[in-house]
Amino acid sequence: MQSRFDQGAVGRIVRLGRKGCDVMEALGRAGLFLGQSAIGVPSREGWYLWLRQMHFVGVLSLAIVIVSGLFIGMVLALQGYTILVDFGAEQALGQMVALSLLRELAPVVAALLFAGRAGSALTAEIGLMKATEQLTSMEMIGVDPLRRVIAPRLWAGFIALPILTVGFSVVGIWGGYLVGVQWLGVFEGSYWSNMQASVSFMNDVGNGMIKSLVFAIVVTWIAVFQGYDLVPTSEGISRATTRTVVYSSLAVLGLDFVLTAVMFGGL
Amino acid sequence: MKRSKTVEFGVGLFMLAGIIGLVFLGLRVSGMSLAAPSETFRLEANFSNIGGLRPRARVTMAGVTVGRVESIDLDTEWYDAKVTLRLDNDLEGQLSRDTTAAILTAGLLGEQYIGLSIGGDPEVLEDGDTLRDTQSALVLEELIQQFVSNMATN
Amino acid sequence: MTDVPFIEIQDVHFSRGSHEIFRGIDMLIPQGKVTAIMGPSGTGKTTLLKLIGGQLTPDRGRILVDGQDVHRLSRKALFALRKRMGMLFQSGALFSDLDVFENVAFPLRVHTDLPDAMIRDLVLLKLQAVGLRGARHLNPAELSGGMARRVALARAIALDPELILYDEPFVGQDPISMGVLVQLIKRLNEALKLTSVVVSHDIKETLSIADYLYLLADGQVVAKGTPETLNANQDPRVSQFVHGEPDGPVPFHYPAETLYSDILGATTTRAR
Ligand SMILES: Nc1ncnc2c1ncn2[C@@H]1O[C@H](COP(=O)(O)OP(=O)(O)OP(=O)(O)O)[C@@H](O)[C@H]1O
Ligand SMILES: [Mg+2]
Repeated sequence: MQSRFDQGAVGRIVRLGRKGCDVMEALGRAGLFLGQSAIGVPSREGWYLWLRQMHFVGVLSLAIVIVSGLFIGMVLALQGYTILVDFGAEQALGQMVALSLLRELAPVVAALLFAGRAGSALTAEIGLMKATEQLTSMEMIGVDPLRRVIAPRLWAGFIALPILTVGFSVVGIWGGYLVGVQWLGVFEGSYWSNMQASVSFMNDVGNGMIKSLVFAIVVTWIAVFQGYDLVPTSEGISRATTRTVVYSSLAVLGLDFVLTAVMFGGL
Repeated sequence: MKRSKTVEFGVGLFMLAGIIGLVFLGLRVSGMSLAAPSETFRLEANFSNIGGLRPRARVTMAGVTVGRVESIDLDTEWYDAKVTLRLDNDLEGQLSRDTTAAILTAGLLGEQYIGLSIGGDPEVLEDGDTLRDTQSALVLEELIQQFVSNMATN
Repeated sequence: MTDVPFIEIQDVHFSRGSHEIFRGIDMLIPQGKVTAIMGPSGTGKTTLLKLIGGQLTPDRGRILVDGQDVHRLSRKALFALRKRMGMLFQSGALFSDLDVFENVAFPLRVHTDLPDAMIRDLVLLKLQAVGLRGARHLNPAELSGGMARRVALARAIALDPELILYDEPFVGQDPISMGVLVQLIKRLNEALKLTSVVVSHDIKETLSIADYLYLLADGQVVAKGTPETLNANQDPRVSQFVHGEPDGPVPFHYPAETLYSDILGATTTRAR
């Protein structure tokens, strides 16, 4: 519908408004989608479907998360040591490694790795099921794909990422111990006791877990919705997969700032 | 649907690893203790300045950790800091009444902790007693200020 | 028609974007009979089946299945209605994470509480009917197109539905399996009094099993009747389709400007 509203400055505003409406509509659809699929009591069959997805998004992501955690912990210790040693405060190494990992690095890096490893795979898998009409044929058999295909994947993601984050922290702290204590010679007792004196289970471990849970919900939601909502062609699938990684990464980093401000920024 | 034992086992192991990891973060990293509260006893100590002392800081004797700081409150009667300590039960009835508590710093900028040194009084401290003889934290700024003003007067 | 209608399609309009696919079609599909829907490729036969199954919603008009308006049902009621339908998809649409056996067992497992042994027997019977009992351990990726469609057929009839919608059941079948499928559709219809809707291009096979036919073209029903009346129909559009003549009033081409102006237009654009 061409009219004079489509031209000039007015046209730009009209287009902006239309874009805004599109975005709101997409958000609404995504929200409805989350509500419809995540809520409900799983059947016995549903438990097993969830278990299989846990294996796929959780167990199979463990290796990359563990290896990354180890290296990040080791690098933290190395960098931290060279800075702290100038102040004669290398005993504070354990505290620095543990707090950086628990509050920031473990939730964020694990979520980014999760988006790349599991999120993109979820999008592609669901997208392919849509493109080959598997979802439609499931509907025609009288089974709701939101409950059967989407819900187990959502719940698996919600639970797997916090567990992966715990693994990341533990391995990272151990990596920091290897470099700091075993290699650079920080006194072992002060590595742990300094850490224990400054890390609070509620504030640091707890807030880190809350962050990780929020990231888990957002990343899995984006991944699954992008798969369910894509244009069912091979190009549509590849675009949706890219969007999953880009949107989840941006969402994780942005939300991390907001959550950090609320949790540790004294807001 | 076909059930795969390896999948079930793998997921079970994965969740177990998550729980063990969380326990590790609780015990080893945040220093929570599983020991029952009955195995400790409580002492109080007032300090005019605690510096950077925080709850769950170590309490040591001769460098050996013997307990932790339980809580720190402002004593509104004296307007100083009331620090509650939890010490190992072994020490109940062993510390003389004139035991001193000092807030010390590990290294120049390290964590702050409480060091206890025993006195000679035959009377001993029991659960809930207060340490009379305390030594506050050294505050670096105050030290520097003193040093500078000493220099000036000399 | 004196039969009881199982599906009533009343004045259905449907368009995708600016492309009008249906411009007011009416159909009555009788209970317990085989009704064939034919028409040139791209006229919207698959779309019509999806409208009946409630996956698409018409812009205007309504579709009643067994007296219920498909597009006014609650989600729950719609899923309950779909349990009584089987649909054979043009692409097969087998679940890629399950093997052949589990694909056919799927409707039984989700909708019945039958013991495993009984499910096994039922599945093997259905697979036997389509000649693929020996392929039960294969994955969908290991099947040929024609085999996949036969497995999909076995899955569609697994629950013994009251209504089966077949989208191109004969495509990609060799003459032998084609004959078997024709017999199978006929037998299901006669033995179980199923209502069947068959979409197909294979005139000979379709005419041999259909009790009633609808011919779609250009967004409308252009002819309907029993195979005999349709064979005798003098309408050039009908006889062109029924006798498979390339030239005639039914366009073979998707709507477009004339080839001449298209090519000429392209040349002038390139020249510029
Ligand atoms: N998802 C879609 N988006 C847009 N247009 C579509 C879509 N699916 C089908 N169409 C259009 O709808 C029309 C009818 O498609 P449909 O698949 O129903 O045809 P058909 O009669 O089943 O053809 P065939 O005999 O080749 O299977 C086609 O012209 C096609 O271009
Ligand atoms: Mg079709």
